[in-house]
Order: sequence, then C-alpha cells, then structure tokens
Amino acid sequence: MNALEKKTAAGPIVEARNVSLSFGSVKALQDVSVTVAPGEITALVGDNGAGKSTLVRCFSGVHRPQSGEVLLDGRPVAFSSPEAARSAGIETVHQNLALVEDLTVWQNLFLNRELTRFGMLDRRRMKAEAQKMVSELAVNVPEVTSRVRRLSGGQRQAVSICRAAGFSSRLVIMDEPTAALGVQETARVEELILRLRDEGHAVLLISHNFDQVVRLSQQVWVMRAGRCVAGRRTDATTGQEIVGLITGAIAA
Amino acid sequence: MSTAATGTPAGPTASKATPPANRGGAGHAVASRLRDVGFWADWAALVGLIVLVAVFTALEPSFLSSGNVTGMLSASAALVILAVAQTFVVATAGIDLSIASVTTLGIVVLGQLYAGGQSLGVAFAGAVLAGLLAGLLNGFLVAKAGITDFVVTLGMLSAASGLALVLSDGQPVTVTESFFFDISLDGPVEMVTWIVVIAAVIAVVAHVVLFHTRFGTHVLATGGSPEAATATGISTARVKVAVYAVAGLLAGIAAIIIVARLGSTPPAANTAYLLNSVAAVVLGGVSLFGGKASILGPVFGALLLTVLLNGLTTLGVSQYYQPLSVGVVVVAAAFLMRFQK
Repeated sequence: MNALEKKTAAGPIVEARNVSLSFGSVKALQDVSVTVAPGEITALVGDNGAGKSTLVRCFSGVHRPQSGEVLLDGRPVAFSSPEAARSAGIETVHQNLALVEDLTVWQNLFLNRELTRFGMLDRRRMKAEAQKMVSELAVNVPEVTSRVRRLSGGQRQAVSICRAAGFSSRLVIMDEPTAALGVQETARVEELILRLRDEGHAVLLISHNFDQVVRLSQQVWVMRAGRCVAGRRTDATTGQEIVGLITGAIAA
Repeated sequence: MSTAATGTPAGPTASKATPPANRGGAGHAVASRLRDVGFWADWAALVGLIVLVAVFTALEPSFLSSGNVTGMLSASAALVILAVAQTFVVATAGIDLSIASVTTLGIVVLGQLYAGGQSLGVAFAGAVLAGLLAGLLNGFLVAKAGITDFVVTLGMLSAASGLALVLSDGQPVTVTESFFFDISLDGPVEMVTWIVVIAAVIAVVAHVVLFHTRFGTHVLATGGSPEAATATGISTARVKVAVYAVAGLLAGIAAIIIVARLGSTPPAANTAYLLNSVAAVVLGGVSLFGGKASILGPVFGALLLTVLLNGLTTLGVSQYYQPLSVGVVVVAAAFLMRFQK
C-alpha cells in the first residue's frame, strides 16, 4: 500500500482515511483507507459483502463514517445528504440507475435540477442542453424526448452516466455499471467510462469483472470482509493476483 | 425515417438522433398512431365521450339541446375538480379515498359558518381551509408517519363524514344567496356557467402545475420511481404531503360549487363522488401505479361519467341501473389500459 502514495503526487481528489462503520454487530467497514486520484479510473474490487458499496456510500453522502474521515481535496468533509455530495461534485451512477421510466431522457437528465424561467420549466433549453450532454458523450443514444421505458439496458446506463458526468461533477462513482449488459453494450459503456476520464472526471468503479478492471483502471483497491486489504497500480498487477487478493489466497 | 438535418449538432453521434421538431412526417405519424392500440388507451375517455354523445343524441335528439348541455356541464364541474384532485394523488402512486367525505366536511363548514351569520366570503374560506387541513393531515400521516395511504384516507373518509354529521347535527342549512344563482346559472357565454369556468380554470392551472413546473415533475418522479426521486435529492415525503394538501384544497372548492348548485348543505357524504373521481382518473388513462398522469384525460373522464348518467336519465332508464353502468364502463376502460404504453 505504501508504494502508492508516491504515484498520486497530485493529491487525491477524494480519500477515505481510517474509516470504520458498523451496522449493529456487523462491522461493514474497518479502518479502511483508500484514495481516488484525479483524472484516473480507480477500481474497487472485492467479494459480495466485502464493503465496497458501503464505502462508496460514505463518499456519496448516504452513510457517515463512525470513525475516520472522508476528505475532499485534502479537506475533511461530512456530507449530510446525497444532495450535499452532489453539490460538492460527487455524482453516483446507482446500481438500479435511479431513472424514472415514465419520464423522458431530458427530464431524467435534469431531475431535481430543472431549469426554469419565470417559475416555469424551460423545456426548450433543457431539451437542447440534454441533447448536447448526450451527443458529447454517448453513442447509440436515442432522442432525448423518448421515455426511458423504451430504452435498452445499455442506453439507460448511458443516460445515467451522462447525468452523472454533467453538471460539472468531479468524481463519478459507478456501482457495477455493466453487470446487466450484453457484450456489445458493455463495450459501449466502457468506451463511455474512458471518455469520462479523458474529459477530466475521476471515476471510482466497482466491478466484479477483473478483465474490465485491468482494461479500464489505473489503480485497484481490494476489499475483503470490511477491510481494504491491498492497493495496486493496475499496470503492476494481473487479474490473477487480484483474484488471489480478493479470496485471501495471496496475503496482502 | 430520420433525417439528421434541422439544426442538430452534426457530430459523429448526432446522426442517430431524430431532430425533435420533425414535422415532415406528420400525416404519416397520425395514421400510424391511429393504428396503435396504445393511442386509443391514452384517449379512451375522449373517444368514449364522443361515442356516448353520438349514441344518446341518436336515441334522443333533445340530448344535445342547449338546456341539457348547460345542465350536464354544470353537473360535471364538481366532479371535474375532484378528478383533478385525485389525479395529483394517484400520480404519486397514492389514492385519496376521503375525497368525497372531505368535500362534505367543506360543505358543512360552509353551511355552519353561513348559518352562524358569517359572510359568504368567510364561509367559503372556511370550506377551503377545512379541506386543506384534512388534506394536510392525510399527507402527514401517509408521508411522515408511514401509514399506508389506503388506511389513512379510509380513516379520514370515516372521520370527516362523522365530523360533518357532528358539526351539522345531521341537518342541512339552506343557503339562499343570489350570488349562487349568478355563478351556477349564468356564465360568460351560452351553455357555460361560471362554475364551469371555475372548473376549467382549475384544470388548466393543474395542467400547468403538473407539466410545466418543477413540483409537477417531482410529483411524477415520486410516483414513477421513489428510489430515483430520492437518489436525485427530491423529498418524496414533502411531495406526498403537498399532493394530499392539494386534493383537500380542491375538495374544499368543490364543496362551494356543490352548495352553489344545490342551494343547501347536505350533511351526508355523497360516496358517488369518491367512486366517480377514481373512475374518471382511470378513464383518463392515469396509471394507478403512479408516475404517468394527464389532466385532460381525467377531465374527459369526468365529462364522460356525467354524460353517461345524464343520458341514461334522459332515456328514462331507471336510476338503479346507473351505478351498474358506471361499473361496466370503468372496468372496460381499465381493460383498455392494459394496452397502454
């Protein structure tokens, strides 16, 4: 773990420092320290129940650590709500995507961030900006006026990612963004994730797909049973080593 | 098919997106929509209304006489308002079973204030306030106390109608005010009385609120996906309190309209208003699962139900058949909804 500190010389955008969190007798997180560097895709891997989702929820304002700190740009923060994290520039692409099926693409992109004029929705401007957001980032995205219900899984993922990428977010957290997608759609979403990084967003990626982690990320953190057991630069590790770290076959 | 012309940014990815303002294929689009079952499901109330009017007029030409049309429109005013009220609640995937009882509570409060020598303005304000308070209580119990909407509003159904009986001692108050004749018999144009104008204005305002304000979008999001709404920071609890409050407020306004037409304040709840408000919403293509709503649809639904009852009466069909016919129409409409997209 110590070798990593040097590589993130620019200073992490978000950092968990000795974070612990229990739900009753279940120790979901124990003394977890990870960093997310700007302009990088950071992967978070681990078995089911290892604490990955709990950790990212500490970043996105859902949970508050019972001990330890979350730092944003090196300064400790305590988000009181997901909304607070959002306004600090931390966006989350939820596993269930958090889209309203009966609303249109543009309505979902601007949900709770609607643009208004004289108190009324500025539909024209939102549609135009939604079109811009979508066409800048994604391929294979339908009209912004179509309802999400009509979209494929990959298109929904793209809409969700576009929403997270828009509004000048700095860190985009993605919880298994390709788990429910086919091969082609997975490829498209991966392309989208790379493009996010190239545009300067930091990405924190939870994934069970080790090939994907190796393909996309620059940094991998491995969690096991509520602890962060290892961190590796991706170019200095292999899928095999990651699997070993996750299962505990390789001691960290 | 789509032509990537009219002003869309000509990036490599824009070719797949059809420009929204593509009016070229309008005629073609209309034809294809008419073949679409979903289109008929969306407009079931309007189509049903037209069919009913045609059938009743064919059987009884006086059905479309100016006197009868005036009467039908006036009779539909209160139901239109209650259907709009119910739409807001149903759009959040809730239901307000207390809507008719709260209306009756408003009627009785109006009557008691009037009988107590208060001015008409005070009596009106009392009716609206009573409705608003009942709606707020519904909303708080549903959203904050976490009790199921069905149970909360069922309780309010009983409590409000009971309170109406207690306040009025079961006695109606006769309200003879020329103002009431003015608004329920006169109007700006022939066949349209002022109470119809009030209902129409409420429907237009409701449409604007639902589709052109942030609040309206949040109502639809709360009903469509509470998880997504919460994830984007929308307070679904606050939205729910608001929609029940709106429903109560509109029930209070409906109370005034009913008193204006009757010239008295009947203290017993008219349960037909509850069933018909839900029926109008279903006929109007609003999903009872929330998230998908329309104001025009329920308004046409309310008109359809009024026309149905009036037509049957005009044809001399026994009153006993009226609830039966409403039931058949509503279930038939619900069946059509299965094809909705």
